[in-house]
Order: sequence, then structure tokens, then C-alpha cells
Amino acid sequence: MTKSKLEKNPVLTESKGKLISLNALNESRQHEYTQKEIKTEKEVKVKVNDFSFYYSSKQALQNVNMDIAPNEVTALIGPSGCGKTTFLRTINRMNDLIPGTRLEGEVIVSGQNIYHPAVDVVELRRKVGLVFQQPNPFPKSIYENVAYGPKIHGKKKRTLLDEIVEESLQQAALWDEVKDRLKDSALSLSGGQQQRLCIARVLAVRPEIILMDEPTSALDPVATQRIEDLIRKLSSGYTIIIVTHNMQQAARISDFTAFFLLGELVECGKTAQIFTKPKDTRTEEYITGRFG
Amino acid sequence: MHNFKENAIKYFFMANGMLSIIILLGIFYLLLSRSLPALQNVGLTNFFAPGYWNPTAYTTPQYSILNLIKGTFMVGAGSLIFAVPLGVACATYLAEVAGAREREVLKPIIEILAGIPSVVLGFFGLVVVAPVIAELFGLNSGINALNGSILVGIMALPTIVSLAEDAISAVPQSYRHASLALGATKWQTILRITLPAALSGIIAASMLGMGRAVGETMTVLMATGNALAKPSSFFDSVRTLSANIAIEMGEVPVGSVHYHSLFFVGFVLFMITFIINLLADVIFQRYREEI
Repeated sequence: MTKSKLEKNPVLTESKGKLISLNALNESRQHEYTQKEIKTEKEVKVKVNDFSFYYSSKQALQNVNMDIAPNEVTALIGPSGCGKTTFLRTINRMNDLIPGTRLEGEVIVSGQNIYHPAVDVVELRRKVGLVFQQPNPFPKSIYENVAYGPKIHGKKKRTLLDEIVEESLQQAALWDEVKDRLKDSALSLSGGQQQRLCIARVLAVRPEIILMDEPTSALDPVATQRIEDLIRKLSSGYTIIIVTHNMQQAARISDFTAFFLLGELVECGKTAQIFTKPKDTRTEEYITGRFG
Repeated sequence: MHNFKENAIKYFFMANGMLSIIILLGIFYLLLSRSLPALQNVGLTNFFAPGYWNPTAYTTPQYSILNLIKGTFMVGAGSLIFAVPLGVACATYLAEVAGAREREVLKPIIEILAGIPSVVLGFFGLVVVAPVIAELFGLNSGINALNGSILVGIMALPTIVSLAEDAISAVPQSYRHASLALGATKWQTILRITLPAALSGIIAASMLGMGRAVGETMTVLMATGNALAKPSSFFDSVRTLSANIAIEMGEVPVGSVHYHSLFFVGFVLFMITFIINLLADVIFQRYREEI
């Protein structure tokens, strides 16, 4: 991704530091969206059809149907245990690691059903990156953390790796802070820096989609804001799907919002619409804080 | 009254804890005091001078333990070359690949290895391993350092497997998930993330295995041939420090220079295993802090 793409983030400068005016936000995003619509070939990056998911006997998701737009930020909100994290992790099949799970329906990423037996999970996870709730850098140097992904995917040339590491750290807005100590252990960084490093690590494998599982819940407000800024910046080049407990965060950073309740997708739409005139009463009750 | 009881219990447990330290210091004192006459008669430098161990020589007795130390380290290092890759591979399988039920069956079986009497293993070396080695390498006899290394490696294996498995299992799950989420395969994750993260634990496990190997007596006594000549390869017969004591202690005149020299050999052996175990412990502590 080029730098010029990164620099354009009109929404961010507008919403930073004050309570957001949702209408203004909505307008600016709508504008951005129509522009993108013309550019992209496929309007749907991830398409979920009649998807149900079970942990041994417990049903975690039922009949979810959802379309996720490319190069936008989609926020998944809902009370604890509503299935939003489960849903997020089905998109790069991280749920495969839990024994005894079962699923029905299909998840189509870039036109391919990812649960088809012929699909290579390794290749899928390269295309669909995941940022975890707790920053989890490897106990290696900062450089090695970022270079790990490209290395396992067969990139060995030092100069190429150097380039990728610098570019990824730049994109993750961490380069200036760590460029003089790339050899230091990643564990010497602060929590917020570690999380940005984890984002850089994902960016280094050039994914199409970045999944984020409450990426700021373990961070302080300043670090949180930096990550939010980063997410807005990245949305011009990546499809981002983020689980968040924080409704203000969803309103601040997302273009689309999906509300989950008891394993069901209650409502999905433009963020401004969900937060101003939700169609379902349950959504309204949740976002106005009557439960959750 | 209540206070008295509390204190009594406290001191009872403290005394028990102190006992092992007292025994350790006692052994240290015994070895050192019994080897002092030898040090006075032979001189410390002569023990480490080039030459042979031959205290019962007709003309001038020699007390050099260099060949014995070399034999000890050959068997110790040789056993590690054999046992560490095998042990780590085994531990990796148990920790990362095997299912819970498989692990429940396999781990106790590997631990049974530790329970085989060393004399039985030595016998196994004599009648099974030795002919195989002789056949494979075209030697007259398979009773040599290689044989001892293999057998001691088998003895060190349970220690290495058990501790290395603990170290690998202790690697946080989040590392594995992060690697898999980046599109790494299971084996890439194991080789590039999990094992390096467990490295200091694996090294500590190997050091403890080495400590076991260096002190081992009966098996090496039966399988290595116990020649006093300077060993030049793993196909040569060697005598270790421990085997040397076991062979000669029964026949030595009590109070002779030879008798006291054997205590000095024991003291050297004690220091070697002590240092190895200490290093293993230091590495293990460092590793705990990292996690």
C-alpha cells in the first residue's frame, strides 16, 4: 500500500477528541463509500450464508446471514457471550483449533467458501489476519516479530525482509518509536506498542482482511486512541472487522455495525443508521444502554 | 502453649529441610578430608598431569586422572548427542502432537525407563548392543565408549523427556495461536516458535540428563571396557571416574595413598556433577523469569 493512501483519513481528524456528531460522520463516510464502490469490482468481501456454529452441544451462532463490504471497517457489537468473537474467528477458521466444534452453512471470502474441504487453511489465514485481544508478540526481537510471517511464507532475502519490516512498522505507526532498536526484545515494548507491533506483524503478510478481537480492551485510553487512529487509516486499504465491547468505539471507527444477541445477528447496517435509527427494538435497547 | 506448639512444628519442618543440606555438606567434608592425605602425598598437580592412572605400578605409581575425566566426558557428551535429539523429539510429540489419552499412556511408559535397574541395562549393553556395534563398524569388540554412551543416553532419556515436555507445555498458548493466525503450519509453529520459546527449559533438561549420565556407574562399568589407555575415539574402551571408584574401592588397602586417591577421584566427580546441576538450575531459573 502506498503512503498517499494511508494519509487520507478524513473521518479521523474530524472525530478525534470530541463527542462525535454522527450525522456529519455519516455524510463523510457515505461520500467515501460511493467513491470506493466505483473502484472495487466485488461489493462483498465476506458473505455469510445461513451460518450456524456449535461448541459440542451448545449453539453459539444461529442462521447468520451477513455481507461485509471491502475496504470498510465493520464493527461487531453485542453483550458478552452473544457469539461475536465466535463469528469473527470463523472468518479465518481459528475456531478449528477448538475440539468438538461443528458448523452449518457457508462463509464465502473473496468468492470462495472457506469451509470447503479443498481450501488450504494456511493460505486462508495468510489472507485473513487476526489481531488478538491481549497483545501477544513472540518472545523474539521487534524485527523478527514482523519478519516472521513473510519468512514462513518463503521470503528469505534480507533486503526484501528489511523493506517489508520497515513498511509494515510504518503502516502500523510504530516505525519512529522502534527504528533504532529493532533488535530489542518485543517484550520490552509497552502494551500499546506491543499491540501495534502485532498489527504490523499481520500487515507484513499482506492480508486482504484484518480481524480484530477487542484489540484495545487491554490498553489505556491514549494507546486505545492510537490504535483507533490506525484502524481508520488502514481501512482505506484493508477490509477490517472488529469486535468491540465499547459502543463509542464502534461509533467512532466503523462504517458498518452488526449487532449480535444470543447467537443471532439482530441487525446490520451503516453505523450511523444503527446508532441513530435502529430498525430492531432490541438494537435500540442495547445501544441506549437498557441492557448489556 | 499455643505459641509453643506452632514453634515446635515450625522447627520440626525446618530441621527436616536442613537435614539434606547437612548431609550434602557432610559428604563434601568427608570426600575432602579423606582425599587430603592423597593430595599431600601425590600433589594436586600430579593428579592432572599427563600420564596414566596406575597406583599399583611395580616401580613408580601414577595418579593422573586425565584419561578418566576424558572417558567420563566422552560417555557424558556421547549420551547427550544421542539422548537430546531423541528426548526433545519425544517431548515435542507428547506436548504438541499426541492427544490427551495418548499422552496419558505414553508418559508413564517413558518414566518406567527410569526405573530399569542400571545393572540390567548394563547386561543389555553387553549381550545386545555390543555385538551390534561390533558388527556395524567392523570392530573386534563392541564394548567401548559408544556402547556406554547409548546406554547412558537411554538412562538420561526419561529425565530429558519429562522436563522438556514440561517446558514445551509451559509455552503460552497465545504464541501458538499468533503463529497459526499468520498462516504458519503446525510444524512451522513448533520449530520456529514453540521450541525456541522453550529453549532454556530444554537446555536445563539436557543438563540434568547430563548430570545423571556423568554420575552413572554400573552401566558404564559393564559396557565400556574400563581400559586405562588414553581414548582417542568412541570406538575405544574407556574408564570413567565413577567406574574407577567402583572397580578399585573393594580391593584397595584402607589408609593407603591409593585409597585416599580414590576419595579424591570421588571429590572431582562430585564437583563435576555439582557444577552441571548448578548450571541447569541457573538456566531453569532464568527460564522461569522469562515466562
